[in-house]
Parts: sequence; structure tokens; C-alpha cells
Amino acid sequence: MVRRAVEGTEEPVVIRGLVRFLDERSGTAPFLKKALRYAFPDNWSFLLGEVALYAFVILVGTGIYLTLFFEPSTASTYYTGHYLPLRGHEMSVAYRSAVDLSFKVRAGLLMRQTHHWAADVFVASIVLHMLRIFFTGAFRKPRDLTYYLGLTMLILALLEGYLGYSLVDDLLSGMGLAIGYSVLMSIPVVGGNLALLLWGAPFPGKPDFESRMYVAHVFLFPILIATLLGLHLFLVAARHHTQFRESRRTTEKKVVGVPTFPGQAPRSLGLFFAVAAVLFLLGGLVQINPIWLWGPYHVAAGTNGAQPDWYLGWLIGALRLVPNFDVTIGHYTLVPNPFWGGALFPLLVFLFLYLSPWLERRLTGEYGFRNMLDRPRDAPWRTALGVALFTWVFIIFLAGASDRVFVSFGVSYEAQIWAYRVLVFVAPVVALLVTRKLCFALQQSERLGRIRKQAEAEARGELPQPE
Amino acid sequence: MRRAFAAVFVALVLPSAAGAQPGVGVKAKTGKGLYAAFCLSCHGVDGRGVSSTSHPPGVLDLRGLGPPLKRVGALAADFYLTTGYMPLADPYHQPRHTKSPFDNREIAALVAYVASLGKGPAVPRPQPQQGDLSRGLSLFTEHCAGCHQVVAEGGYVTNAVAPPLHQATPVQIAEAVRIGPYLMPRFPASQITDAQLNSIIAYVLWAKHPDDPGGWSIGRIGPVPEGLVAWLIAATALVACCLVIGRRYQQ
Repeated sequence: MVRRAVEGTEEPVVIRGLVRFLDERSGTAPFLKKALRYAFPDNWSFLLGEVALYAFVILVGTGIYLTLFFEPSTASTYYTGHYLPLRGHEMSVAYRSAVDLSFKVRAGLLMRQTHHWAADVFVASIVLHMLRIFFTGAFRKPRDLTYYLGLTMLILALLEGYLGYSLVDDLLSGMGLAIGYSVLMSIPVVGGNLALLLWGAPFPGKPDFESRMYVAHVFLFPILIATLLGLHLFLVAARHHTQFRESRRTTEKKVVGVPTFPGQAPRSLGLFFAVAAVLFLLGGLVQINPIWLWGPYHVAAGTNGAQPDWYLGWLIGALRLVPNFDVTIGHYTLVPNPFWGGALFPLLVFLFLYLSPWLERRLTGEYGFRNMLDRPRDAPWRTALGVALFTWVFIIFLAGASDRVFVSFGVSYEAQIWAYRVLVFVAPVVALLVTRKLCFALQQSERLGRIRKQAEAEARGELPQPE
Repeated sequence: MRRAFAAVFVALVLPSAAGAQPGVGVKAKTGKGLYAAFCLSCHGVDGRGVSSTSHPPGVLDLRGLGPPLKRVGALAADFYLTTGYMPLADPYHQPRHTKSPFDNREIAALVAYVASLGKGPAVPRPQPQQGDLSRGLSLFTEHCAGCHQVVAEGGYVTNAVAPPLHQATPVQIAEAVRIGPYLMPRFPASQITDAQLNSIIAYVLWAKHPDDPGGWSIGRIGPVPEGLVAWLIAATALVACCLVIGRRYQQ
């Protein structure tokens, strides 16, 4: 049983009144009392997950507003609005409604841009949160299940973002879908049938495909993410937060932290306002995905330099770096090329992440509960392996923007691709060795510092402090 | 400096070339001199061109590989000179938009000289104000965006850059479409009519400063700068908030 030491447990009268009101009508006072006294270990990095949570809240809010005006239909129509470059263009109803909601609907563009910025920040904060969890060893038993749910939400967020990017049916949407279609087709044996099942017909697919994406984007995936999010938070509370070994009071059995109220809740509310402020400021001040500039998608149309949103940049990078080869048996292509970069690569990355808790148990032989966090230096091998993996992914991510680097800075494209092809092998190994060395060096310097302090204390004639 | 030196060098070594064929008009006289100084080593005497099999080492060891200029006309000469594409330091390099080393009078003289070498197309006079912006976007997406990017911000094509068109003038755009410089395909009037060309130019001029809402445009090339803003501004600001709200690790 975990005991909880809570600092400052005196609740103000308002809270007591509110709890009584609810308890008389629902009988939930014991639960509420527990919830209000839940101890949050205080560390800034524990707030990264909350940033993701609040970005999700903003996504749902702005998303609901957008559904009121967006029409998910590929039926053909003509633009007759005020924006001159698109006047008279043939386009889908979906694209026209997205342009109209940007130009004509009150706050429509603000909501659309905020929604898109929120998606970019949502995934960014999940990644930061995941890095924190990974490098502090918070994924160990009994929180491995929480971690699996988090990873699954990351995958869902990537797909959800891709669907949002694709729904609008602008030029970039169509080009992105063509790549997604090719990657799905490239899965050995079943790929072709899978793609036909989803699209309903060879690319660009049947009109139903748009409504399928819509249902998935505004209903299926948000519900799935929200459900997993609920479970994730439930598990966090049920097994309680982890904590750093900062003072002698924090142990495997005892959590030290600030209570929900008056400690954590107001701070968390403040963080929500900060997230909302940043996202709405960006939404109002910085252009994102100006679909009117891209124009509508037609199968024959295309633009140079089309890119996915940043969180799929690693896959575009992988597609670019893999040399041109297919696995064929006679005239039958068993594994078409896009499979390596588009499907196998993310599969390997997520496989490593999913297997990490199990792998660590096997390698260290520690099968017990682990409620205390490591600092990255405390677990040199885990830290080094993690840094190597994320360096690998980051190098490949950078390769995804190589064409823009070439146009903007004049660095030869071919030279970049070959440099990245070497770096994907060299950089992770270097990162692994350097990180491991660095961890040991940090441990060493701390040990020396402790010994020196002790020696100085003894020299002054003080008794050595028991560690 | 190097180019000035080359000019002196050519003037000294090839006085016969500079002095040959008198009587082609006032402009061409200086044009001819400039040609001899800056163009002849690659494009040959009288714009006959230097084929790759017979090329002699040119000025400062440059290998002359220039195409014949007999029938290119004022159009091509005007395009390559006003864009600064020519003179080219190395015939194997892709020409880039730079400030021309010649002033307007010298360019006019050179253009007149090249035009005098043979019968060729004149400098076009596009009328973008007669073009249609909306048709322009369609045509640009169909013919140009695949390389130049849909807002004419440029992009990568195999072994070359499709340049951004921020600096292109209406005349230069019209010329480039007809010539197809470097790796760009040529579009004769049978493929893009003069009227269509006017619309395309109208669109490219508009795309230099699109009049649209949404705030700071961060380059109009889509997700790469958007990702940078998401990480370097938004995520950084929010991590800073977390650091302010939460406690740091204390030993």
C-alpha cells in the first residue's frame, strides 16, 4: 500500500461546500476527497503530458467548430467567391467549403489555423512527454501498461493528423494521399487488397473514401484517443505518479508532492490557459496550410516541394533515403520499394518502443515494481540506446526536408542524400558511445563531489553524515 | 576582376576577331566588341557555336561548349543577359539569376549584335494586365508548379534547381517559357498561346506578394517552416511555461 504525505491539506470553505453539495446528491465525497488530496510530485517535466492533454482539448473544441461548416464531399463544384485566383475553378465541395470557411465564416480561419497549429503542437508535446518517460525509466512495471496506451495514442495522433491534412482535398492533400496509397499498396501480399478496401477503387478512389476519412477524423479517432486518454489517466492515478529520488523522504513506498487542491489544479489551469494562448496566438498571427494558395487537387496536378506535416517528415525522409530496389520473384514483385521507408521503418521504431519495458526487464533482471525515477545518467545503457534510436529517427527526419535545404541554402541535394545515407549508420553508433561515456562521467563527478564534501566535513571535525 | 582580366586577354590575343566584318550599325559595333570579349570563347566566332568535339581551351582554360547563336534572336540574348545567366563562369554550371555585369546600354548592344547574326525571334512584349489571374493559376499548376512550386517559390529537380520566380520580370517569364533555359522544357505557342502566357505572367506577378489573410506567411512553402514554428516557437514557449510552473530537479 502506498502511503501519501500531502503538504498543506487544509481545503478552503468553498471547496468544502462544493464537496458537500455533490456528496449529498451523489455520495461521492470519499472519492472527491481522495482526488483533491492526490499528491503530485513536483517536477516541470511532469507537465509535458498535460500540454498534450490541453492541446487535445483545443483540438476538439476548434474541431467541433469546423465540422459545423466543412462539407465532406468530393462532388464537383465551381468556386464563385471573392478570392480571384480561384474564381471559376472546378473543385470538390470539400475543398470549396474549406476555402469558404476560411474566408467567409466568422472566426473560421482563426479556428482552422488554430486547429492545425494545435495538431502540430499536440504531437510535439506527446513526443516530448514520451522522451521524458523513456529517459527517466517511467515505463517500467507497474506503469508499462500506461506507457503502451501512450504509444498507441501517439500512433493514433499521427494517423488522425494525416487524415485532417488529407480531408481538405487541396493540392497537398491529394499528393499526400497518393503517397499513403502507394505505401499501403507496398505491403507484401495483402497491400493491394487493403488499399482497395479503404479507397474502394484504384486511386483516387470512390467518393465514399472522403466520407470514410471524415467519419474516421471527426468521430472514430477522436473517440479512440479520448478513451485511451481516460484509461491512461486512470492508470496514472491508480498506480500513482513516479518521483525522483530528491530527498530522503521520497521512497518506493511514499509519494511526496503537492495536493490537487490548492496545489496542482490552479497551476494546471494556468498551463491550460498558456497552451490556449500560444495556439490561438499562432492561429491568428501565423499562416498555416494556406489551402487557397495550393489550389484544388486534380489527379494530374502536382507541385514541387510538397511535404507532410512535421510529424510525418520522418517517413518522407525514409522514403527518400532507401535506395531504389524491390524484392521480386520472377515477374512478381513481392516487396515494392515504398515498403522499406514507409512501413517497415516506423514499424521497427514503434516495435523498439513497445518492447522497451520487456527488454529492460530481461536485460537487467529487475522484475519488481519501480516507483522511483532514474535520472538519465543513472541508467547509462538505457539512455545511450534511447539517444541512439532517436538520433537515427532524427537524421532520417532531417532528410525529409533536404529539397528545401537545397533550394534555400544551395547545399547539393545528392550530396545531402549520400551524407544522410552514411549518417544513418554512423550517427546512432557515435551517439550511443558518447552518451554512455557522458553518463558515466557525470556519475563519476558526482561521486567525487560527495567524497570531497565528506572529507571536508571530516577535516572540520564534523561527524560524517549517514547516506 | 577575373572577367576584366579575361576581357583584356581576349582583346590582346584576338584582335582580328574583334576587328572583323565592319559595317553592322553603331550598336552592334560595341556589341561586337563585348561579344568578342565575353561570349566568343564559348559561342564561337559570329555565334557559330563551339561543338563539344572540336572545342579548344577557351579563355582562362574554360572549355568552349557554347551553342550556336545564329538564329536564337534578340529573345534569347535578352533573357540570358538581363537575368545575369550569361556570361557563365563555368559552362558546366547551372546559370543562376544574378546581377548582370553589363549595364543596360551594353546589354542592348549585345542583344542587337546577337540579333544581327541571323533571323530569330524578337524580344516578346507580354501584356499581363490582359491576363486572367484565375486562368493563370490553372495554367501555372498544369505546366509550371511541378518544378517551380505552386506559389513559384522554386524547388528541387534532378540535378538542378527550378528557381523561385520572385525576381522574374514579365518579359523574362515570357522569354523563359519560349526558350526553356537549362533543364526547363520549351513551350512553343502551339502549347501555350500568347494569351495564356499573359495569364501565367499575371499569376506569377501576383504570387510574388499574394494578397491573402492568415497572418505571417512564413515562406509559402507549407509544412517545413510550419514545423519549425511549431517546435521553435510553440513547443519552446510551452516547455518554458512548464519550467516556470514546475520545480527543477534538486539534489
